[in-house]
Amino acid sequence: MIQTLDSVIREHAFFKDLEEHHIQFIAGCATNVRFQEDQFIFREGDDADHFYFVREGLVSIELLVPRRGAVTVQTVGPGDVLGWSWLAPPYRWHFDGRAKCPTRALAFDGKCLRAKCEEDHDLGYEMLKRFYNMAFERLDATRLQLLDIYDGPRD
Amino acid sequence: MTAHAIELAANPRAPAGNPMLPVPYRVERVRRETYDTFTLEMVPAQAPGLAAFLPGQFNMLYAFGAGEVPISISGDPNDCPILLHTIRAVGAVTKALCALKRGDMIGLRGPFGSGWPVKQAVDQDVVILAGGIGLAPLRPALYHLLHDRRKYRRISLLYGARTPEDILYLRELERWRGQFDLEIDVTVDRGGAGWRGNVGVVTTLLPRATFDPAGTIAMLCGPEVMMRFCVLDLRKCGVPPQRIFVSVERNMQCGTGFCGHCQYGPAFICKDGPVFSFDRVEPIFGKAEV
Repeated sequence: MIQTLDSVIREHAFFKDLEEHHIQFIAGCATNVRFQEDQFIFREGDDADHFYFVREGLVSIELLVPRRGAVTVQTVGPGDVLGWSWLAPPYRWHFDGRAKCPTRALAFDGKCLRAKCEEDHDLGYEMLKRFYNMAFERLDATRLQLLDIYDGPRD
Repeated sequence: MTAHAIELAANPRAPAGNPMLPVPYRVERVRRETYDTFTLEMVPAQAPGLAAFLPGQFNMLYAFGAGEVPISISGDPNDCPILLHTIRAVGAVTKALCALKRGDMIGLRGPFGSGWPVKQAVDQDVVILAGGIGLAPLRPALYHLLHDRRKYRRISLLYGARTPEDILYLRELERWRGQFDLEIDVTVDRGGAGWRGNVGVVTTLLPRATFDPAGTIAMLCGPEVMMRFCVLDLRKCGVPPQRIFVSVERNMQCGTGFCGHCQYGPAFICKDGPVFSFDRVEPIFGKAEV
């Protein structure tokens, strides 16, 4: 069965409880995209005009560190939303995003959504709530990662 | 009485003889799992050895001349009388245990404590969340679930380790991943250049797992802080606290609730735990000085 973009969006937890006309608008900003293994989805410093909903595959969020090369700080996989730089000035990517394997995603036109959010504050608030929540969860996860919890007690 | 308590009461597995008397076991094999973690495979030096164990129970391992430590049983509960213990060399006793060779003898007491709710999990989805060496006490539960695979619905194992080099039971995980009746996702906190898998904490795997929150039994073992965040996320998904089981670790010494070293609020971990349903420990879980 072929799923339409709006039904894919409607079923995703990230867009849960959005009003139908907002779903329709967001679906209008979405396109199906595919990335090959090791293909960059975005590069640090580039304009952040999109965000992605990963449907299949794995994307690493990387930072190029001198003498260490590309360091993966996190990966996002099926069901995850990728990218929030489109939502806050200066609208540039702070990290590289690279497909670790063949990856399928929905790409959302962040520029178009940004303009709509300025116009329609209900949509803007809903989007901010969702992205704030995602950022909050990622911050929690990062703090936990920094704790190096598996090191365990030593005597 | 909770379903877990009824399950334990109906199937108690406790030491057959004097619980304070170590039974001699001979090391048959020492398997290096990671740079600091080893699995000891042991058989009783004389029949009958220790009683059969429940997944999640632990034994007291006595390294002669060094001391005694509680170590979870990490082998197959159906594979008696061979006992497997996965040990991380972090202290004097565990280092002595990890230095053992084939043919060496140690003393064992047990099995002690409560087990994972494998009976309560029948006809349910099972989500297993393990972190670091926390996979070892959960492995017997996985063996049990896979042994009776038809009795359970979806089974997911979500495992987090520090680095790819710290992943326990790598070959077994790869074999299990190849099966179509078990969902396995592994993540590491820090992946090197050659790592093609997930990077991030174990909780990030949870949204990708498929389970029905109201019909799920979750089993958690790992650092307490990891379990705290896993519980938060499981509850956010809708899994009730009485369906979440955590394995708690404290200073266990006698194994029988006699010495009181492992008192945990109103319970003794060696006797009433180490596996508790979360609703039982919620008021004290993660509290400092408890």
